[in-house]
Amino acid sequence: MTVEAKTPNRPQTHPVPVRTGTESGHARNPGMPLATEMFEGHAINRSAAERRAATLTARRSVKKLHQAAWLVNAIRCIDLTTLAGDDTAARVRRLCAKALNPLAPHIKEGLGLGDMRLTTGAVCVYPTMVRHAAEALEGSGVPVASVATGFPAGLMPLDLRLAEIRYAVTEGADEIDIVITREHVLTGNWQALHDEISAMREACGKAHMKAILATGDLQTLRNVYAASMVAMQAGADFIKTSTGKEGVNATLPVSLVMIRALRDYGAATGYRIGFKPAGGMKAAKEALAWQILMKEELGREWLNPDLFRFGASSMLGDIERQLEHHVTGRYAASSRHAIA
Amino acid sequence: MTTITDILATMDYGPAPEDTGIVTDWLERHSGGFGHYIGGAFTKPGKTFDTINPATGGTLAKVTQGTQSDVDAAVRAARAAQPKWAALSGHERAKYLYALARHVQQHARFLAVLESLDNGKPIRESRDIDVPLVVRHLYHHAGWAELMEDEFPGTAPVGVCGQVIPWNFPLLMLAWKIAPALAAGNTVVLKPAEYTPLTALAFAGIASECGLPKGVLNIVTGDGETGAIITGHKDIDKVAFTGSTEVGRLIRRQTAGSGKSLTLELGGKSPFVVFADADLDAAVEGVVDAIWFNQGQVCCAGARILVAEAVAERFETLLKARMAQLRVGDPLDKSTDIGAIVHPVQLDRIRELMDQGVAEGAKLFQGTAPEGCFYPPTLATGVEPASVLATEEIFGPVVTLTPFRTPADALALANNTRYGLAASIWSENVNLCLDIAARIKAGVIWVNCTNVFDAGAGFGGYRESGFGREGGREGMAAYITPPRQKAKKPETAPAAPEAAPRTDGAAEGIDRTAKLYIGGMQARPDSGYSYSVNGPKGGIGLAGLGNRKDIRNAVEAANKAGAWGKATGHNRAQVLYYLGENLSARAAEFEERLRSFGTGKGKAAEEVETAIRRCFWYAAQADKFDGAVHQTKSAHVTLAMHEPLGVIGIACPLAHPLLGLVSTVLPAIAMGNSVVAIPSQIHPLAATDFYQVLETSDIPDGVINIVTGPRDDLARTLAQHDDVQGMWYFGTAEGCRMVETESAGNLKQTWIEDGAERDWIGTGGQGRIFLQRATQVKNIWVPYGE
Repeated sequence: MTVEAKTPNRPQTHPVPVRTGTESGHARNPGMPLATEMFEGHAINRSAAERRAATLTARRSVKKLHQAAWLVNAIRCIDLTTLAGDDTAARVRRLCAKALNPLAPHIKEGLGLGDMRLTTGAVCVYPTMVRHAAEALEGSGVPVASVATGFPAGLMPLDLRLAEIRYAVTEGADEIDIVITREHVLTGNWQALHDEISAMREACGKAHMKAILATGDLQTLRNVYAASMVAMQAGADFIKTSTGKEGVNATLPVSLVMIRALRDYGAATGYRIGFKPAGGMKAAKEALAWQILMKEELGREWLNPDLFRFGASSMLGDIERQLEHHVTGRYAASSRHAIA
Repeated sequence: MTTITDILATMDYGPAPEDTGIVTDWLERHSGGFGHYIGGAFTKPGKTFDTINPATGGTLAKVTQGTQSDVDAAVRAARAAQPKWAALSGHERAKYLYALARHVQQHARFLAVLESLDNGKPIRESRDIDVPLVVRHLYHHAGWAELMEDEFPGTAPVGVCGQVIPWNFPLLMLAWKIAPALAAGNTVVLKPAEYTPLTALAFAGIASECGLPKGVLNIVTGDGETGAIITGHKDIDKVAFTGSTEVGRLIRRQTAGSGKSLTLELGGKSPFVVFADADLDAAVEGVVDAIWFNQGQVCCAGARILVAEAVAERFETLLKARMAQLRVGDPLDKSTDIGAIVHPVQLDRIRELMDQGVAEGAKLFQGTAPEGCFYPPTLATGVEPASVLATEEIFGPVVTLTPFRTPADALALANNTRYGLAASIWSENVNLCLDIAARIKAGVIWVNCTNVFDAGAGFGGYRESGFGREGGREGMAAYITPPRQKAKKPETAPAAPEAAPRTDGAAEGIDRTAKLYIGGMQARPDSGYSYSVNGPKGGIGLAGLGNRKDIRNAVEAANKAGAWGKATGHNRAQVLYYLGENLSARAAEFEERLRSFGTGKGKAAEEVETAIRRCFWYAAQADKFDGAVHQTKSAHVTLAMHEPLGVIGIACPLAHPLLGLVSTVLPAIAMGNSVVAIPSQIHPLAATDFYQVLETSDIPDGVINIVTGPRDDLARTLAQHDDVQGMWYFGTAEGCRMVETESAGNLKQTWIEDGAERDWIGTGGQGRIFLQRATQVKNIWVPYGE
């Protein structure tokens, strides 16, 4: 199966490099056959994971100028997202406008970033909204990410899910956020999970694939680790926590388990996998917390958008307010900032 | 100048200093020096010494070196305040403790900053761990104060407590010491450590702010000499010490025979056991919390990693990667993991031990540390069990790593230490965890966690890590005392045994041979001598003249009877009931024996009947004197298990030749101990008759051993024996002093009393106090959640 990654009406080369894939300097994960020994029997102790997650953000503090820089970095890693039933072309255009200019000019100037090309990491939409986003972002280098595969539950026939991926890619998506069949995890049917994700990866073609594990549905951290490993073995470029629609979305303990899985996969195969927490993250403080997690557990490289993204919609607004405070010394009001 | 663009390239954390302004202003205002806090007010500074900020070497303040007259004044103030404080209702005392908790909470950041300045610990720890635990401890004990009358009826406070605390958790150790003391109605003279006196002085101010009655809490600063003046002070009723085992031993000897009660929380060399099926990342993080918490200056630090060979390599790789992330430096920076070593003297000690360890073949893997009073996180491998790094408490950020083969191997290594404070066990197999938890000799066991504390659970050690618990119900026990009556006529030393043949007192009937009873065998005394036992009308028989070798053999036999401690309470109960049955069957014979000593007919019958009842009472208790599940943290089961001490030496009172033996030996064995008993020196023949009952009652060999002879000589050998874990002595004042002094060798738990004090026939002769003395509490922390 071959899939055209770009729509004909989009330029084949971006004026600035897209910050995904091989351009960023690391080889793309090709996947591997299912290897259950890489996760079966792997112990995850929940209380220890919770303890580490709870103390981690208390162990590190980022203040003043450094905090501002870290928040700017968070912007670079945001997949600015709208995934609502009432999304329209205009709504998506507005989101893209914010993605291209995430900070008010005076804030950017005040931070000494007047010349910096600062955008969010990507814009993330439903497949039928991809075209609108692609048009709005054309030439900007900001990738369009699309959810697919029967998002959020994924309970559609596989051929339809694969077709949806191809559709989104054809529409201009650079990145596809797929959802997995949770049943395969809950029943331990790893081969079925691997087959499904492999097929999705193939359907993605050049588009990068983020595998959403819906960890709130998987419940146990052992399941999370196993599903992470299978997704990577099946060729995921990123593993992502949640759709934003589960009862529990991104949490630090779950994130900890997932990034340890990608660390272990990297150690075994040499391939670097990205991580995307998504859902429920609203505050600038959380942006710092997750970046601390990445830096402490994986290192500096996992603070770049090719290996780290936030799936968030309202977090940017809070970051902008915090940064304005940094610049002006006055606490900010969101009504004075452009909304997404 | 750094720009945001620069930072975006490195993504460094940057500095995150905690503001110290309010605290340094306060110190500035006290630049003339601090006095002591005595009788509710600060004294004028006397001869002072500097307390330094170890991170910078700068002087923080001058504090007063406490003298004899300072301590006298503090003890007088505490003594004067004590009756009134004790007479307050529990509720009234609770209100004060509640206020202290509240005010510490309100001054939380002040105390955290001051602590980090004085001690060098990272602000994260003083802010997130030390001070919240202080608050928790005060709240918890406000509760005990409230409930004293209900939960500890019939008990009284001990009186004036002298408390000496260490420098590693200055304010937290203060809270651990004073909260139970004050809750129970005691008053306190406390000395903070020489290196870290400042938070105690700030706390004294808070006590005044709360209106704590004058003299209830007194703080005297100074060095070890001041401490020794307190622990040796004649008008102090109880000494509580946390610190090194070396000093603990000195205090044990110093206080011996003084009548002071004593609790010691001493050193450790705690094992950290990682099994192959553990969550290795979790265990690595556990090591960080175990040994790189508070610069490793933690008595219960998991300082010896024992890791299954199957995963040792991977574990070491993960651990080294984690070490690279540790940040050593400014304690007042919020991103610091490891701060300053408390004092250059301590740093020198760490370096000296490390040099010695390296000379013995250890290989070190170290992180980095800045210049000054800092030491890098260190992993030592190639450390053999005899190495100084494996045996000595380093009190620094140094951990050893040793592979093991099997659970049995892990257990042997874990227990291969003089200490027994804590242990940490990592495995996802609950069967394995609880099995190992039960078999490691330590007072605190953390399963899949480490260094978890809560006021609701007891903390304290086995072996040379000390005795007594802090926290929870068991911690309160150290600050209350059951009502005691002084003996009307203290016991006087019996005449030395007469081991030469004598000419009078031919017994009727066939001659009876009394031997020693060791390891389930009737044994002739090693000495080959016997001594005369007299009735009112002269000699009534001979008893073996036991000596130190008989004690040695008896202790060896007792140690071999360890399976008894693992038997179920029900099993032990059955044996004790059967013992009662068999004693009952021979009641007439025992009455006769007692009468031969001069006991009246009625009294003899009463003593035998009481002995039989006690068999039943302790049989009944064998499966009922159990532990508790403490209320601590969420998603944790904290089990307080009663465990036997091991081998208990018992020197029985002279009076009540049968009942004195039965009343002491039965509670000990009901709880799973084995004993070496020295029966009444003057009338040992009831005990030697008794072993025939033991032989018919399914008591396993070695559980009860009986050595007759000169009580105090035999008791001395027992008290000195390093493989005896407890020593009970009911005898003379001089004997009490001797037992406490000699027990210092391995810091065994002692119970000493004037032999004539207790009413052995009456209710004083049995009760829960005997069971408490026969057990130690092991707290096992098991967090849960999948």
